[in-house]
Amino acid sequence: MSATGIEVPVRARGLAVEARMPLLEFDLDVELSVASGERLALAGPSGAGKTTALRIVAGLVRPAVGRIALGDEVWLDNAAGIEVPAERRRCGVVFQDYALFPGLSAWRNVAYGMGRPRRERRRRAVELLDRFGVAALADASPTSLSGGERQRVALARALGAEPRALLLDEPLSALDPGSRREALRELHALLAELSIPVLLITHSYDEAALLAERIAVIDRGRIVQSGEPAEISTRPASPFVADFAGAVVLHGEASREPGGLTLVRLRGGGELRSTDAASGPVAASVFPWEISLQPPDAVPADSMLNRLPGEVASLTPVGNRVRVGLTTPQPLGTEVTARSAEAMNLRPGSHVIAAWKATATRLIPLG
Amino acid sequence: MRLRSGFGLLALVAAGLTVAFLVLPVVAIFAHTSPARLLDALGEAAAREALWLSLRTTLIAVAVIVIVGTPAAYLLAMRRFRGRALVLTAIELPLVMPPAVAGIALLAALGPHGILGGTVEGAGIELVFQTAGVVVALVFVSAPFFLRQAIAAFAALDPRLLEAARTLGAGPFRVFATVAVPSARPALAAGLALAWGRALGEFGATLLFAGSLRGVTQTAPLAIFSEFSRPGGFVAALALSSVLIVVAAAILVGVKLLGGDRAIEAPAVGEGR
Repeated sequence: MSATGIEVPVRARGLAVEARMPLLEFDLDVELSVASGERLALAGPSGAGKTTALRIVAGLVRPAVGRIALGDEVWLDNAAGIEVPAERRRCGVVFQDYALFPGLSAWRNVAYGMGRPRRERRRRAVELLDRFGVAALADASPTSLSGGERQRVALARALGAEPRALLLDEPLSALDPGSRREALRELHALLAELSIPVLLITHSYDEAALLAERIAVIDRGRIVQSGEPAEISTRPASPFVADFAGAVVLHGEASREPGGLTLVRLRGGGELRSTDAASGPVAASVFPWEISLQPPDAVPADSMLNRLPGEVASLTPVGNRVRVGLTTPQPLGTEVTARSAEAMNLRPGSHVIAAWKATATRLIPLG
Repeated sequence: MRLRSGFGLLALVAAGLTVAFLVLPVVAIFAHTSPARLLDALGEAAAREALWLSLRTTLIAVAVIVIVGTPAAYLLAMRRFRGRALVLTAIELPLVMPPAVAGIALLAALGPHGILGGTVEGAGIELVFQTAGVVVALVFVSAPFFLRQAIAAFAALDPRLLEAARTLGAGPFRVFATVAVPSARPALAAGLALAWGRALGEFGATLLFAGSLRGVTQTAPLAIFSEFSRPGGFVAALALSSVLIVVAAAILVGVKLLGGDRAIEAPAVGEGR
């Protein structure tokens, strides 16, 4: 309501969350917002407080202090004494183990949250199941479904109640690795169609980066960085984020060099250069795929300024690639194709040189 | 377990003895007298009245136990509060209480000179020597059998299912009626069968609290005792007993079938799953 009498346009129904509550070992203290149609991933290691945060939003846990609103509608405001119970928030939740009602068929699960006339419920439920490609399973019992099928029924059930926000708790963790990749692709397509705020939590940075447009990294109850996936992995705000985002992290002491580069003397020996400016103690991060392995006697013929001699500590085949663990002397992980591992005759104890560009080296000041 | 081992043989003998000892008296009731004499004995008005009264009073008692006990058990299973363990133990006390003590306790509480006797009388309710008194005694002694099972079953529910229902818009009653009760159904049915069986066999508490008035408070077990005490009444007592066994067995099987196949496998008392 404005003084000019001009009507304020209806604000997009974004989700705004602010919550604090003590957990066992630390305090949960999160603040996040998800725009309508946006997908935000709250990503962090197990026990960081992600699930509690999700349960607070859904209304299943009451925080010590908090304010949650969807658009203009306040779901929770401790200060004002407002608390809308979970059943009246219309906040869809896909639970980690899907929590389908075992006594109800797939379509009855989907129809559970529908308020429509009874005779229309089956048609609507089957329509939704059809959208997820599992209409044929409408009469099946959840106990007879595969993990991927259960996930789709759970998603259909959440959407069947026409939620105004959708929360997903580790949506892929109950699936076996084989079906995860396919499920990831499908889930991405399905979530992209929604025009409501979507908040998903995951302990896998890769999943977060693939499913969400924005990631909030949470560690010990606090959001330590949030932004677009590419921004987080290329500019991690802390060694924790860098490590969580999958990068190799090396510790050392940075000093400025003439020529605009930064020299980092690594703890334990060795040095590297980065285009990032820093001085004092730093964590240097580099992605495994930026690192190439060369034989120890190779003549430097490329533009890779960083060359760390090391010894192969481990070789782990992953599909057609091999993950190579090196001691340089700090541990460093990289990946090569199985073919080049063969060509280089890599064995534990082999001496190699890990090489990468100064431009691919991010420095995170630790001072 | 290998049956040919020393212990295996011992266990086999123990199992044989157990089954034989528990089944023999049941078989004896039917074997002792000819079916014709049993039917004759049942033809007597007193026997029919007693059976009919037993059926009526136990049905009402079991209905009260299920209607009031199910939500009560749900609350006790879901809520954590100070003194909860004490409450749970207190409501199980009638399980181990000698029936005669239960009868005395009921008289002390609700009898004409009991602590709530005045209130009961003021409300215009008569219990002693009345059919209503029989129902009160039955509820008191058999409710714990149902409550124990129901509380264990509700406590073992997957809380995620209840939460999922809430996020789908179900209020507390709908969560209870559509998720909690169906999930706990096998254990609830098993508890119901036990409570009903206990009510059907109730003797001591009923006798002390409600008396043994033919047609009013003389249930089948009381009638059996009354026949047994009468010279030459042993056959009549046997006849009533055999009918009671058949009814009790039918209830046990019927109720367990109602609860689904898992109820038959479910242990009589204990965890819900």
